[in-house]
Amino acid sequence: MRRSDGLIHVLALAPLVWIVFDQLTGQRSINPIQTWTQRSGFSALALLLASLACTPANRIAGVRRAAAWRRPLGLYGFGYALIHVLIFVVIDYAADGSAIMAELAEKRYLIVGALAFAILIPLALTSTAAWQRRLGRQWRRMHRMVYLAVPLAVVHQIWQAKSDIRLAVLFALVTGLVLLMRLPPTTGARRR
Amino acid sequence: MNRIPASEITPEWLYRQRRQFLRSTGALGLAAAALVACGAPAQPAMPAPTQPAVPAPRAAGTADERGDPLTDFDSVTNYNNFYEFSMDKEAVARASAGFVATPWQVTVDGLVRNPQTYAIEDLLGRFDQEERIYRLRCVEGWSMVIPWQGFPLHRLLAEAEPTAEAGYVRFTTLHDPERMPGQRDPWFTWPYVEGLRLDEARHDLTILATGLYGQTLLPQNGAPLRLVVPWKYGFKSIKSIVRIELTAAQPTSLWMASAPHEYGFYANVNPDVAHPRWSQATERRIGELSRRETLPFNGYAADVASLYAGMDLRANY
Ligand code: HEM
Repeated sequence: MRRSDGLIHVLALAPLVWIVFDQLTGQRSINPIQTWTQRSGFSALALLLASLACTPANRIAGVRRAAAWRRPLGLYGFGYALIHVLIFVVIDYAADGSAIMAELAEKRYLIVGALAFAILIPLALTSTAAWQRRLGRQWRRMHRMVYLAVPLAVVHQIWQAKSDIRLAVLFALVTGLVLLMRLPPTTGARRR
Repeated sequence: MNRIPASEITPEWLYRQRRQFLRSTGALGLAAAALVACGAPAQPAMPAPTQPAVPAPRAAGTADERGDPLTDFDSVTNYNNFYEFSMDKEAVARASAGFVATPWQVTVDGLVRNPQTYAIEDLLGRFDQEERIYRLRCVEGWSMVIPWQGFPLHRLLAEAEPTAEAGYVRFTTLHDPERMPGQRDPWFTWPYVEGLRLDEARHDLTILATGLYGQTLLPQNGAPLRLVVPWKYGFKSIKSIVRIELTAAQPTSLWMASAPHEYGFYANVNPDVAHPRWSQATERRIGELSRRETLPFNGYAADVASLYAGMDLRANY
């Protein structure tokens, strides 16, 4: 492991440390559940985008090491998404199934968020090298689903924003850019 | 203990305002006067002359009429939706700390027989201030219980004498990007505007607030004068008002203009009308972790539902 790899872990864990630090030092938010939801959702999407940016960073910008950051960044992103969803289900709605279903049925931003999360679960579970070997060619095809999950999460972010969607639009632009850079002419696949 | 008159250590306007408050709150005032004159009991030294001796937060009541306890003063003054200062609710208090709300003038005009411009001191002197403990339900799905001081808007309207054509009241917040830096953000069409139907404005629950928790209103809460309409979502209760205009046509509020499908003119608290983002069926009371059911008209249905008899409240959200 190189030093730059360690940096990735530090960066990815920083939002979590920040939340825990605020709790321990009494800098608690006045509406903590909302704050946790927002910070975890933001961190999930930011890390997933960073994960998707690794391949272009490697192939186009020549940051060779980035190929090794893809998996941990993606997994951290999923970890925050899991925290994000658990906060909603367990803390915010006290695991009240009918209230959660009522909210889900009523709000489009939650439907796309839940779709994104549902796609991410099998990807996270099969992210290990063992699964990669076992699934062979299928693995790559399956993991392309992340290019569906992330735009769905961006739509989720846009639809939950209150009138001011500037941050969400920035995320959408970055997503678009990362997706564009994955198109065949820039992937280097043809050069081989 | 030195007997320094309060007038020497307190800006004149604040001193007068506080005297007005003390006068109007009677017996409670006596207790508060003792506090003002002596400083907080635990504090041995007089406060430094540069710091006005602000009375400790206190309210006559401890709960609303349903028995819900007051939200603590710190939360009420540090969790504010006031985009004129910051879009981050927990940053508004800091961002507005330097805002000086005096001198301040409020113009009452439009379709009235007696248009008039009041200095804030006139309003405080003219209308007895009373405490009203109200629930505040934000459209974002959180709520508080706040002890306001203020006076019913209908008293001011009675002085202005709306003409027969007047059907609505349009309220405007100060527009001064120098003092309210959030107004430099071109995303919204400033100034903030809100409106009420005249009968809503005349309802006794509708007040103009000048303080909370026994203190003069702080900038983050809408100093020096704000509307409080407890049965509507919080954004209707416009802050830092400079103009109250009587109109014939229904005013268009800032939120109606910026997102018409989400924010209607009425904005009555209604658990049956969904919002694309926040739950309107339930809410989180600040200071509590579990959700509560949201009540129709925020629990004031017995007082105000008759205002909307025969109206389709799903269409008129
Ligand atoms: C069942 C799945 C999900 C649920 C129930 C859910 C719930 C929520 C809620 C309630 C909010 C609004 C917080 C507020 O401002 O009050 C939110 C915001 C957000 N969510 Fe989710 N979410 C889900 C899935 C996801 C996923 C998979 C991602 C990303 C990978 C994500 C990313 C975000 C982001 C970026 C925000 C905006 C945070 C901000 O204000 O900056 N969500 N989510």
